[in-house]
Amino acid sequence: MKSPKTSTLTVRQRRRWARTIQFAVALAVLALLAALADWGRIADSFFQVDIAAAMFPAAWTAFGNTVLYTIFAFIFGMVVAVPVALMRVSSFFLYRWVATAYVETFRGLPALLVLFGVGFGVPLAFPGIQYPGGVYGQVALGLGLTSSAYIAESIRAGIQAVPKGQVEAARTLGMSHTRTMISIVLPQALRIVIPPLTNELVMLTKDSSLVSVLGVTAGTLELTKFARDEMSDTANATPLIVGGLLYLLLTVPLSALARRLETKEDRK
Amino acid sequence: MSTGESPETTALVTIRDLHKSFGDNEVLRGIDLDINEGEVVCIIGASGSGKSTLLRCVNLLEVPTSGTIEAAGHDMTHPDADLDAARADIGMVFQQFNLFSHLSILDNVTIAQRRVYKTSKPEAEAEARRRLAEVGIEGKERSKPSQLSGGQQQRVAIARALAVNPKLMLFDEPTSALDPELVGEVLSVMKGLAAEGMTMLVVTHEMGFAREVADRVVFIDGGVIVEEGTPAEVLTNPKTERAQSFLHRVLHPVD
Repeated sequence: MKSPKTSTLTVRQRRRWARTIQFAVALAVLALLAALADWGRIADSFFQVDIAAAMFPAAWTAFGNTVLYTIFAFIFGMVVAVPVALMRVSSFFLYRWVATAYVETFRGLPALLVLFGVGFGVPLAFPGIQYPGGVYGQVALGLGLTSSAYIAESIRAGIQAVPKGQVEAARTLGMSHTRTMISIVLPQALRIVIPPLTNELVMLTKDSSLVSVLGVTAGTLELTKFARDEMSDTANATPLIVGGLLYLLLTVPLSALARRLETKEDRK
Repeated sequence: MSTGESPETTALVTIRDLHKSFGDNEVLRGIDLDINEGEVVCIIGASGSGKSTLLRCVNLLEVPTSGTIEAAGHDMTHPDADLDAARADIGMVFQQFNLFSHLSILDNVTIAQRRVYKTSKPEAEAEARRRLAEVGIEGKERSKPSQLSGGQQQRVAIARALAVNPKLMLFDEPTSALDPELVGEVLSVMKGLAAEGMTMLVVTHEMGFAREVADRVVFIDGGVIVEEGTPAEVLTNPKTERAQSFLHRVLHPVD
């Protein structure tokens, strides 16, 4: 079977050679890039310590607003998503239709467009309208509508993942359909969807940057708008790096948490 | 434990001309069955014979295609039947236990009392502890179902069903999912329950249990009752060829 040529190297030896060559190529590419780049200019544009230092403590306010917008939008999303998910699995066709239309609409629209609608469209149609909580309420609605559609789908999947036997056991104990949903199915479904919901929270953290289009004031601006303004003021890109690091400070631990929850769920 | 043939004997379950189809597949083809108060009836038959479907029709987990069922004083097949109230009088134990996986053992046994009957927490917990002690589960109140063996889970499931004081208990192959060494502990709990006079309808492959505990054995094949009588009649001297061949296969699997 074996040709004389390949028999001189074992499979393992060949694999080691292939790896060595790939590694050498990667090093060569990096070295070329390093030689061509203007390091002084890059450092000047992105990594000026005094510019970064001058952004604080104002950066923390923006960071806090990013967290607040995310949390408010997530809470709004959850509050809407639970009934929508229940309607999606309802035996009554009208509920199913309404919920499906809601989910398909807000999953299908760009979050930015929905935010424009809430931020500029609604006030045009209803002059003098005041969102409860001011800009925070506006953002909760603008980002939460989109988010609720995704959360509702996660929860629906969770509800359908609860074994049928759990429902049958509850019904044979005399629990009504509603009681079974509240006491047995939803608590188990929510447990199942905690990892995907954590991922949704990561997405929402990043989507909160869309709020920058709403023209918020100094006290309510979030990280992206803050970093962008600082970049304009200093004519330097360092604020983008600082803003990016602050986002990672939120999203990396959340993603790690989601992964841990997922493996924990798998072990069960 | 038989209530005998005394005139006061009342039927707790009355099934008349029960048919059940899943699509084109007619699983039950006309079942008539009466179960008297205090009676233990074992349903035997090959898999696919319709015995589990029959059991699940009694509490309307499966909705019959036609026919009537009265159980524990409730007209189950009446269109206006309050099934939640009826089911509370009919306990059920499943092959896969179906304990609520997110609740502790104690909460599994108290949840129906507390949420359906609005029993106070201390009262429900006292009742739950009593029922758990009855099935030999003690000191596990705070555990989660997944921490218990299959035999323990099934005994908790029995305690959970009993905690709402059913008049009738349905058992759907309660030992079929258990490791062989755990079957005995569940059967002995069921035996004790029968001795206390509970009316029981048991779908089972445990011929020893049927022989010892049942007042009556019903052999189902092809969606109809083929043979019905005392354990001695059906299990020892089956009249029909179908029952003979089924029992031979169950009792001498390697022949």
